[in-house]
Order: sequence, then structure tokens, then C-alpha cells
Amino acid sequence: MKNFLFFFFISLTFFAQTKTITVCPSCTIKTIKKGVLSANDGDTVLVKKGVYKEHLIQLSKSIAIVGENYPIIDALGNKESIFAIKADNFSISGFKFINVGMSFTKEIAGIFVTNSKNFVLENNIFQDDFYAFIIQSSKYGVIKDNKITGHAVNETSSGNGVHVWKSSHIRIEGNTISGMRDGIYLEFVQKSHIFNNTSKNNVRYGLHFMFSHHNEYYQNEFKKNGAGVAVMFSKHIKMHNNTFHFNWGTASYGLLLKEINDADIFDNIFEQNTIGINIDGCNRIHYKNNHFIRNGWALKFTGGCYSNVFEFNNFMHNAFDLSYNSRLNNNKFEANYWSEYTGYDLNKDGIGDVPFRPVKLFSYVVNQTPETLVLLRSLFVDIINFSEKVSPVFTPDNLKDNTPLMNPVNPIE
Amino acid sequence: MLKILKYSIFDLLRSRWSYVYFVFYLILGFVLFFLNNDVNKAIITLMNIIIVLTPLIGTIFGVMYYYNSKEFTELLLAQPIKRSKIFMGQYLGVSLSLTLSLVLGIGIPFVLYGLFKSASIFDFGLLIVVGAFLNFIFVALAYNIALSNENKIKGFGYAILMWLFLAVVYDGIFMILAIKFKEYPLDKFALGAMMFNPIDLSRTLILLKLDISALLGYTGAVFKQFFGTSKGLIISLLILCLWVLFPLFRMRQKLLKKDF
Repeated sequence: MKNFLFFFFISLTFFAQTKTITVCPSCTIKTIKKGVLSANDGDTVLVKKGVYKEHLIQLSKSIAIVGENYPIIDALGNKESIFAIKADNFSISGFKFINVGMSFTKEIAGIFVTNSKNFVLENNIFQDDFYAFIIQSSKYGVIKDNKITGHAVNETSSGNGVHVWKSSHIRIEGNTISGMRDGIYLEFVQKSHIFNNTSKNNVRYGLHFMFSHHNEYYQNEFKKNGAGVAVMFSKHIKMHNNTFHFNWGTASYGLLLKEINDADIFDNIFEQNTIGINIDGCNRIHYKNNHFIRNGWALKFTGGCYSNVFEFNNFMHNAFDLSYNSRLNNNKFEANYWSEYTGYDLNKDGIGDVPFRPVKLFSYVVNQTPETLVLLRSLFVDIINFSEKVSPVFTPDNLKDNTPLMNPVNPIE
Repeated sequence: MLKILKYSIFDLLRSRWSYVYFVFYLILGFVLFFLNNDVNKAIITLMNIIIVLTPLIGTIFGVMYYYNSKEFTELLLAQPIKRSKIFMGQYLGVSLSLTLSLVLGIGIPFVLYGLFKSASIFDFGLLIVVGAFLNFIFVALAYNIALSNENKIKGFGYAILMWLFLAVVYDGIFMILAIKFKEYPLDKFALGAMMFNPIDLSRTLILLKLDISALLGYTGAVFKQFFGTSKGLIISLLILCLWVLFPLFRMRQKLLKKDF
């Protein structure tokens, strides 16, 4: 279907009578709104450099709107979206959208797309807009190489960078988002790919998605976000090669997983987060080849988590490798590298001969009474940890890595 | 007093233990930097060692020095010198020589590995100040114990017990109380408990500077609010000063009444 439409579109541009409509401050057509009105399906609206004080440009045609040298569209703080789109086969590229107004009751965006198919939104710049993109009930869209910056102060008065709702087959690629509420927000989004994005310094989450199944997230960077990345109530998610770092604060996570089932989390780097991954009620997740470096907690379990597998991960220099809240354990830890491991390897096969217990007694105590954390690095704590290590009483007896590795897996510099 | 201080320092230098102590810190510092070039990490490791070891060494040195130089002290007491001057001189001699070993022993590797270029100079300064305070506090406490016990074995026993209490048992009691009363808001209690133990206070001061406070959640916010400000820092340092002054005051009272 996708290919067919693509060729259909291409052939349209070849065989139909298409034209290019030029808009510039000194042309006959001075506003983008008029340019769009006078265009027919298949036309291109070329907008030259300049400042266009417009908002609520309605688009319901299959046209390409192209900006040359980043013409500025200034919404002047009006409480309407700049582009309100309900169309198939269109593209918008090369614009700079500024000053989209803030509202407590209405969602207002630079580009607001509803009930649309086959669209490309690329190479745009957004500055100080309430929302940059809102995509609703749409399919087969590409949001690519946009730069979104905002100066969000608090959660209530700010919007999201890329906000996608009830859509499918969306590709969010190569965007840079900073200073918004959520960098990328997805709700009821299926079969989408999110990759190569950088989301940093956002007030709430770098990436936030709920009820979004069968999606894939890779090669993204999430840095210094207020609360890291939150992933909730979703199934069959693949997350790989992402970097989560410097999400440091009292309520901050690298990655928050809530009610996630059947996911794959591979090759990610979690560095210097307060909590590397906070795992709440997640089942059948496969964690492999991840790096946990210098986090407060590398993994924190809060809630029933069953049948998860952790293998070939590196746990290096975390204050706590694992915090576990129950005495039952049904999760499997196998062949991970733990920098705190002090065992030996007599037959030199790279696998430690003594099992490693990642849950320390102190992390159990801290779970019960958070205030005791002030004793971190106290001699007393080292002593009780040692005694628990020798004979576990409080921590789950079977929560251990029977084949801890002696050397890190694919160490990174 | 200065003469006695000078004599004490030279006496300690001649006994070579200050050198051993100095060389120990020197080697420790160099090894830490050789193994990892990250100043922040080295500071955490050094803190772990300083927090445990400085009080222990201070306590043992203090008690040992008192008992060892007892005959000479008695000789001095026969001279027309004020008692408080004799003991203040000795006390300062021991504390200063220990502090000197610490500061030079750790300072030299830090300077050689380019501390002045890194941003952690403030953390390092705090570490040194805290280490020095711990020396002064624990030598003073040790002198108190030694003065009160004629029996060497008893004196040593009490001194070690005192160290054990402040370094380990105190934390244990705090933890048990915190677990028992976990239904109550404990952040103020935790703050107070950390203030009353010089070892805990020093550790908290350094850890919060290294931004572990984010791990603490709500309690961390309360702690950060207190220790993170210059007011909190000043109050903490004042409390450390009190920890030096109070034992000294008691020592003086004891001296005036003691029958040698």
C-alpha cells in the first residue's frame, strides 16, 4: 500500500499539470495562507526568506510547502496552531516556527495534523512554541531532522516537542528536542520507529509513551531530563542502542518502566542517573548487553516483576547495583559483569566460581527506611553488607548470578 | 607552651611514626591516582579511608603518646610551668604532627597530578579540613581518656571502644532507631543524629558535596537545603570546632584536680 501510494504520488508529479507557487514579501502572493489557497493537489508552494506573521493556515490538499533559507512564521502568541492540517500526501519543510501561544485548555502546535496519511515534516526549526508537533489519528508519517527548542519552566504551562496520539506507522527520526515538557510523547501509537533523536533538558520526560505497542526505539540520546524517560503500559517494545545519561535529581530515572510486558532492551548505556532503570510490574523483559555506569541505583524493582532475564550486562561502579522489594524472586540473572564482584576464577574460563549476590543488605534496609541512606559509605554498612553476603537472611536466597563474568562485556571508553 | 609544642613535634619526628604515617598517605595518594585519573573518584576512596583511619590513628597516637611521655611530663610538672600549658603543648604537638602528615601525604600526589587544574579543588580542600578536624577531635578525646585512667590497658581499651562506638556502633544504633520509627518523619532526626557524631558529620559533609544527595529523595532535599548552603557548612564546621573545644575544656577541668 505504502509503495503503491508512493508511485502514485511520483507519477502525479510527473504527469499531472503541476506548478510551483512562489510566496515572498514582495511577490504578488504575500502570505502562505493565500499560497496554500491557490494551490491544487500536487503543487509546490515555495516560500522565500522573510517573516510571515500568520497562524491557522488550513491545509487539506496534497501539496508540498517548502521554505527557502528558513522563512520565519511568527504566530505572535496567538492561541491557534500555525498549520492545521487534515490531508493526505503532503510535506512541510524548511521553516522556522516561533511564538506559538500557550493555553491551559487547548492544544496548540506549530504543526497540528489530524486524520492524515503519508506526510513528511522535515528540517524545520521550532523556537518557543507551546507544542511543536501534534499528530492525531494519522498514519504513515515521517517527522525528521527538526530542531525544537523551548524554555519550559514548569509542567503545567508547557507543551511537548513531538506529541503523537492514536496513530500508527510514524517515523520520528533525527530530531533534536530541548527545553520542552516531554521531548517526545506517544499515546496509543502502534508500529512506529523512533531513532537517532536527541532529547535533553526537558522539564519532565525525554521520551514518554503510554499504551503504545509494537514500537521500536533506537540510537536515541536522552540527557539531563527532569525525570528521564518513562515507558508505561505497553507491550512488545524494542529499545536498543539508546543512551540515557545524567538524569540526576531526587525524582529522576534513566528509564522508568511501568507495566511493560514482552520487551527487549539491548545495548543501551545508562550512565550517572539517580536510578538507571526503575522497574515496576514488568514481565518477560529481556535485558542484554546494557551498560550501567555510575548510577545511584542501577536497577530498582518496585512491584511484582516476573520472568525477566538479565544477561551479559555490565554493572560498573553503581552505588547500588540492585534494589529488590520482595523476598520472592522469579527473575534470572546470568553471566553479567559486576564491578563489585570479589570472587575468583580458578579454571580461567572467564566465569567466576562463586555466585554473586547483587542485593546488599543495606539496599534492603534503605528500601524499608529511605532515611538510613545517610549511612552510605559508613563502616557499619560495609560490615553488615559483608555479613549478609556470607549468609543471606533478609535478601532473596535465589537472587544471584551463578555465572558472573570476570571481565566486562564489550567495555566502552 | 610553644617550647613544649616544639619539643613534642621533634620528639614525634624522631620516633619516625609520623614519617611512616606520612609515607602511608603519600603511597595511598599516588596509587589511587595511578589506578584512576578521575579526581572525583579518588576523593571518594580517600574519604572512605580518611573517615575510618584518621580517627583510629588519632586515638591510638594520642593515648600512646600520653602514656609514653608520662615520666617526662611528671618531670615537667615539677618545674614552675602551668599544667594547662604543658598539656596543651603536648596535645597540639601530637595533633599538628598528625595533621601535617595527612595534609602533605595526600596533598603532594594531588598537586602533582594536576589538582589545581580540576574543578574539585573545593572538595579536596573540604576533605583536608575535615581530616584535620578529625585528628584534633580524636587526639583530644584520647587525651581525656588517658588522663582519666592511670591503668594503660584500661586506657587503651576505653580509647578503642570510643573509636568503635563513634565509627560503627553509633551508626548501628541510628539504623535500628530509624527502622523502628520508620512510620514517623525522620529527616530532622537523621540530620540531628549526623550532627552529634563527628565521623558521620564529616562523611555527610563530603558526600553531599559530591552530589550523592540526589539518591536521598526527600531526605536528601532536606539535607541539601541544610548542608548545601554556606550557612549549613558554617554550622557544621562550628560543630566540629565544638567537638574540639569541649574535650579540651574537660581536659582542663580534669587537669586542675588531678593528683599526679
